Amino acid sequence: MTGSILGNRVLRKEDPKFLTTGGVYVDDMHAEPLLAGAAHVTFVRSQMAHATILGIDISAALQAPGVIAVHTAASLKLAPETSSYNPGVSRTLLASDRVRYVGEPVAVVVTEHANQGEDAADLVVIDYEPLEVLIDIEAAMTSSTLIYPDAGSNIAVDSTLWGMPDVTGDDFFADCEVVVKGRYINQRLAPCPLEVRGSAVAWVDGRLFQWISTQHAQGVRDQINKSDSTSHVRVITPDVGGGFGAKISAYPEEIVLGRLALAVNRPLRWRETRSESMISLGHGRAQLQYITIGGNRDGKVLAYRLEAIQDSGAFVDVGAVLAPACTRPMSSGVYAIPKIECRTKSVVTNTTPIVAYRGAGRPEATAAIERAMDMFAAEIDLDAAEVRRKNLIGKFMQPHTTAIGQEYDVGDYEGALDLVLAAANYADLRKEQATRRARGDRNQLGIGVSVYVEITSGGTNHEDARIEVLPDGRAIVYTGTSPHGQGHVTAWSMIASEHTGIAMDKIDVVWGDTDLIPEGLGTYGSRSLQLGGAAVHETAIKLVEQAKIFAASQLEAAESDIVLDKERGVFHVAGTPAKSTSWGDLASSRANDGGLGYAHRFTSGGATFPFGAHVAVVEVDTETGKVTHLRQIACDDAGTVLNPLLLEGQIHGGIAQGSAQALLEEFVYDADGNPKTGNLAEYAFISAVEAPQIELVAMATPTPRNPLGAKGVGESGTIGSTPAVQSAVVDAVAHLGVRHIDMPTTPERVWLAINQ
Amino acid sequence: MKVSITINGSAQSHDVEPRTLLVHYIRDQAKLTGTNIGCDTSSCGACTVHLDGEAAKSCTILAAQADGGAVTTIEGLAINGEMHPMQKAFMENHGLQCGYCTPGMVMAAIGLLNENPKPTDEEVRLGLEGNLCRCTGYHNIVKSVLAAANK
Repeated sequence: MTGSILGNRVLRKEDPKFLTTGGVYVDDMHAEPLLAGAAHVTFVRSQMAHATILGIDISAALQAPGVIAVHTAASLKLAPETSSYNPGVSRTLLASDRVRYVGEPVAVVVTEHANQGEDAADLVVIDYEPLEVLIDIEAAMTSSTLIYPDAGSNIAVDSTLWGMPDVTGDDFFADCEVVVKGRYINQRLAPCPLEVRGSAVAWVDGRLFQWISTQHAQGVRDQINKSDSTSHVRVITPDVGGGFGAKISAYPEEIVLGRLALAVNRPLRWRETRSESMISLGHGRAQLQYITIGGNRDGKVLAYRLEAIQDSGAFVDVGAVLAPACTRPMSSGVYAIPKIECRTKSVVTNTTPIVAYRGAGRPEATAAIERAMDMFAAEIDLDAAEVRRKNLIGKFMQPHTTAIGQEYDVGDYEGALDLVLAAANYADLRKEQATRRARGDRNQLGIGVSVYVEITSGGTNHEDARIEVLPDGRAIVYTGTSPHGQGHVTAWSMIASEHTGIAMDKIDVVWGDTDLIPEGLGTYGSRSLQLGGAAVHETAIKLVEQAKIFAASQLEAAESDIVLDKERGVFHVAGTPAKSTSWGDLASSRANDGGLGYAHRFTSGGATFPFGAHVAVVEVDTETGKVTHLRQIACDDAGTVLNPLLLEGQIHGGIAQGSAQALLEEFVYDADGNPKTGNLAEYAFISAVEAPQIELVAMATPTPRNPLGAKGVGESGTIGSTPAVQSAVVDAVAHLGVRHIDMPTTPERVWLAINQ
Repeated sequence: MKVSITINGSAQSHDVEPRTLLVHYIRDQAKLTGTNIGCDTSSCGACTVHLDGEAAKSCTILAAQADGGAVTTIEGLAINGEMHPMQKAFMENHGLQCGYCTPGMVMAAIGLLNENPKPTDEEVRLGLEGNLCRCTGYHNIVKSVLAAANK
């Protein structure tokens, strides 16, 4: 018997396809017969940030070459659809009475060829009456202009209306020797999956078939059925070129396609351009934070207050509830702070709606408390690592509840901090920094430390799996998760193989087709391994138990005497291996009795709380303000590791995206609501040149909340890295009197901080 | 207008509109969808192919400009099912996640080594600056290219 495959660096089964022919993304489906003769869809988008629509003239567009039809909300008879999070917020899938952001779809053009759409869309004339544009969230909070008049306020979600306690007054900090206040901008980011949105639809015998680039087919199915109860839609997920949270839910453009296909009686294909995607795929972050932190001069923090104002954008989507649902519960971070209070308000503005983006509410919480810790430390002249050590929650292997009321599963934060400081040679870095400062070097060294905890699989605690064994001995794993880069084909094959003895190359993994997998929660929130992987784990074990019953019958032995030889993938009576039956034999024998398979729903013991510590090392050119991110040393504890190769890939990506927020990326509007970063030539998308050298330190504290001991890892790198990198930039110029620089710490901002 | 381009060793001839970009020719006429489109500003490099032996972003070239030329795409790299050393290096070093940037990244990386067979880490990063990966797996992409260079 060889050892377990689990925990090994197994290369990805997915890769040969991606490397030799490329994936089959939604725009690559030339061979799909149901899409033969499909026409092409192009949306006409608002060029105004806030305006009343007085009229839409489609007559010229109808005459353009290749045009099959032009539709609006009126011609498609679209009814207003209400936000899940605020009953006063409704919109039609195509704007009808009012536009609320630049990029909002207003009309739609159907053409024979893809390249005719843009020309025709330019000919749709929309008559606007401009309204006051609200871009600044604090201005929007108090403006008499209401973006959704029926909501009665631009504050669309308020944590106190969810029954969460309000913040109080100065008395909260009465026992503190030192009180520090801050105002931090956690800036708006564009998720930028490299594959933009795309979808294709065809009606088949009164049912809608919809292919879509998504992270959660079953959720998209429910959205489409809710919007159009006659669709009985089957959602199918091709390969997906990245999501990062922005492709969890379907967008209006995607939801309207079925009705449009019905209206023109043709299958349809839609693929947005990158410039469309930048302004109409949801954005992330966009949170303004007011913090107050107080404590004693010895470094002990006694009280912390976070007031978060979340930009919701021009709709009330999931981005509006991340602040109360994710930022607030995680506001304490890794620290044993006796008193914490937090209020969040989410405000509608005339900007692209905010959705989930890698971390989704938790990076904001971590950024706030980590920045607050740094500013508190600076005030009392304490080292960044030392102030953290003084305040960390001690190691706990039973659930721990913070002052804000959030329970964490297990944690050893000081352990992670010790490991990362040692790996970084922290003391040596400080020495080098001191030397450069003493010399007055132009290039100064900055060292940033963060310690973080985050919540993964928050809000969902179950996932479905089904394994079928075929007469040829192959197995198919059907999963409710939905990979788009995470490597589930490899990971789920490893787990299924481990328990069944069926070789990994004989296991296929299927996802994202709602007819084959009616129940599934998709992939987001770093939930997949701990729920979907655990579901495969339990299903495989139960499948083996069931197969033993059939094997016992076939081998005429007692069930308790049947053993599975995982080396050979056969069942036999204990002690007599010569007389055996294989998975394929068993499946064949069951061919007329429902086959051989098992379906099962795994339910976890709750959310899990990955944690870690990061050290960022940057160099700042004090004459130009340019920052170079030299090194990121990171210890990320995601529990028991299934495949270190996949784990490291997730952490590497997370760190680079976190570095991008700290240093480079920001989605910006002018005062009239025009996007200033609406394509990839203008948006500072991180490249290999800016990405840091990454050094990972292993740590694995299993969670008791699932049988794999696994916690999520898709977002933790981002959550841990961003504050460390920002802190390092401030640290590099701290000796010049700088205490804070907002993200992204561009050369201009750094230079201004030094020189003002 | 008619253009004739040899793609992955196969001579092809198609009628195209003069404004047709090479990437659209490859995807829509030649039906080779391994080459992806990730932007509309020639920023991302997802559409990188080799034109007459040199890496080029196929969204920056008209099909008409490639008339008479030879194009290699990701589909043309493996020989008799044997992956190119760069493809192998990406697999062995987990140099890809969602796979969308991968074809362009691999083609750019081969072009890079053709010009500079033994690049430093920094040279690889500079050489791939025009190829974006949003899984931001640059660490392993660079590792893959260096591994291929050292074979």
